[in-house]
Amino acid sequence: MSTNVISLVSIGAHPTSGRPRRADQDARAVELGLQLAGDNLQVLHAGDVAEPALRAYLGMGLEQLHVLEQPPGADALPALTAYLRDAGAQVVLTGSQAETGEGSGMLPFLLAEGLGWPLVIGLAQVESINDGSALVLQALPRGQRRRLKVKLPFLATVDNAAPKPRQSAYGPARRGELAADDVEVVEDELLAVATLQPAKPRPKRLKVIKAKSGADRMKAATAKASGGGGQVLKGVTAQAGAEAILKLLIEEGVVR
Amino acid sequence: MSDIIRRDPRAEWIARNRLHPLHAAMQPALHSWMGPNGVIRKNPHGVGFIGPNGIKRIDRSGAQQGGAVKRSATAQVQLPLHQVPAPAFYISVVPDMVGGRLSSHDRDLLGLAHQLAGADGAVLAVVFGEHKESAFATAGVDRLLVLEGEEFSGYAPEQRVQGLRAVDNQFNPRHWLLPDSRSGGGELGRRFAAALGERPATRVWQVKDQECIGRAGAGLQDLARPLARLILAAAECAEPVSETRHEALPVELSTSVVRSLSRIEDLGAVAVDPAAIPMAEAEFIFSGGNGVKDWALFHQTAAALGATEGASRVAVDDGFMARDRQVGASGTWVTARVYVAVGISGAIQHLQGIGACDKVVAINLDPGCDMIKRADLSVIGESAAILQALIAAVEAYRNDGRRDAA
Repeated sequence: MSTNVISLVSIGAHPTSGRPRRADQDARAVELGLQLAGDNLQVLHAGDVAEPALRAYLGMGLEQLHVLEQPPGADALPALTAYLRDAGAQVVLTGSQAETGEGSGMLPFLLAEGLGWPLVIGLAQVESINDGSALVLQALPRGQRRRLKVKLPFLATVDNAAPKPRQSAYGPARRGELAADDVEVVEDELLAVATLQPAKPRPKRLKVIKAKSGADRMKAATAKASGGGGQVLKGVTAQAGAEAILKLLIEEGVVR
Repeated sequence: MSDIIRRDPRAEWIARNRLHPLHAAMQPALHSWMGPNGVIRKNPHGVGFIGPNGIKRIDRSGAQQGGAVKRSATAQVQLPLHQVPAPAFYISVVPDMVGGRLSSHDRDLLGLAHQLAGADGAVLAVVFGEHKESAFATAGVDRLLVLEGEEFSGYAPEQRVQGLRAVDNQFNPRHWLLPDSRSGGGELGRRFAAALGERPATRVWQVKDQECIGRAGAGLQDLARPLARLILAAAECAEPVSETRHEALPVELSTSVVRSLSRIEDLGAVAVDPAAIPMAEAEFIFSGGNGVKDWALFHQTAAALGATEGASRVAVDDGFMARDRQVGASGTWVTARVYVAVGISGAIQHLQGIGACDKVVAINLDPGCDMIKRADLSVIGESAAILQALIAAVEAYRNDGRRDAA
């Protein structure tokens, strides 16, 4: 049984130097796609076919990479929606956020809305695919996982909880083929009103003390561990103490 | 103010001065009076006054004057109430409510909402399902809309979007604010934006003069744009509300929310190996210190509770726990929601490390240690006995749950 999987990739930017590279989350999407579909994986990019960083994806062992050719500043959404509608994919994987441009992370949501497909956020693992539905594990904050059952076809974003991407090898990267398609170009109207500027470092939030009197200010400056307020159980049996602790843990939802 | 009892020289002076208007109020309580049978009755407890050390002093020289009124240190400040009787417009906020309470990110967002609402607008908080929060009023919520129902429980993002659409139809808020967080807000906001067809401003960290600035790309650039209707704001986007109290008036939806056919079914949380979760982001940490004598029992309890293990420096130095499990200034600064400290007295370096924790539970022999002052619940006693009782209680709870489910 083979699944028809498409991974969407973009051009990343190195976090320090800003040089073009393979985007980390997109590479994870390709890795997950390779684990799911093997050689049947299709990889799709909307943008410039001549970008050398695209070859880093081919170096992960892909034979071909489809490119919907667009100039920079064009809206990738209409072209991708039109392509995916006819591609017959069961699973479409994307990173959760682009590393260049606006990087709003809206693309998978808008694609899912346009295609009418369900969308899974933070896919960590696909457990099984059968009978028109898939069992997947979703990554939650704090290392937790949730099991979801989702109808095919579906879109999924991957984040840093997905499997680490394999290395990109030079030989396959040279040999792989970049297949360009011409598509209709739609300009992104956001760039007409918004401006991109170098990121300003955000100042650390100051602890503002709004004390009215000198005594309050002194207290705020010399405050130690906040005393009092807690419930102290003294001279109770171990069983009663354990019950009280367990009650709090259940209330907080950490013991299930 | 501290609870230390101090002499109040001014009160004593007023008590001596018969012409002062407050003279009568400052007189010590009467301690001898004529009883109903004509016998003089005395209240021996009323004699004397409480001295600066909290010890009762009786001055028989006649020099004692001041009232024995213990000055209590209640400094509960009542903040001024901010009222919006007829809101000109609404600013709608959908807080994350991690663990059923407002997070600091949510409070920042409410602060930003007040910045946008000014004096005429009202801040409407939309909360899904049950919550445990009692401080909506001081966090800055003017109107509170709780969308309850089992359709919103669990992971139901599509149904929640339907709920938000109903709110949008009824209240037509000027702005929608959601936290751009991984704990739900970022996803819900983007789904809602896609459903509305609005282009949201994401990762916004500053809103000023009808312009909002958010991080773009991988964080190397900022995107400045005109104020969007839907804003997904980063943490610390504005100062939280701290100087006013708000009404938090409950409001309700006039229409019922459309049930959406769910294409994503939530099959519940999956058990994760707690040891594999990095300490810094673990939700539930069970930490042991010098007071733990039976480490096998400690590990057994952590496994029974399903908690990530932590340790104080002493336990690590003595070789009972690995170095990467150390909590505190020279170890990991943890962000757990619930932190259980067994036999940890609470050195300041350790308390710094758990500064971000929400609920702290202490099990300790010494009722005077610093950890007990920090803890929300402390049990004084021998840790081994309490841990054994805890294992038994957890097992009984789980068995009960299984029997109920069956």
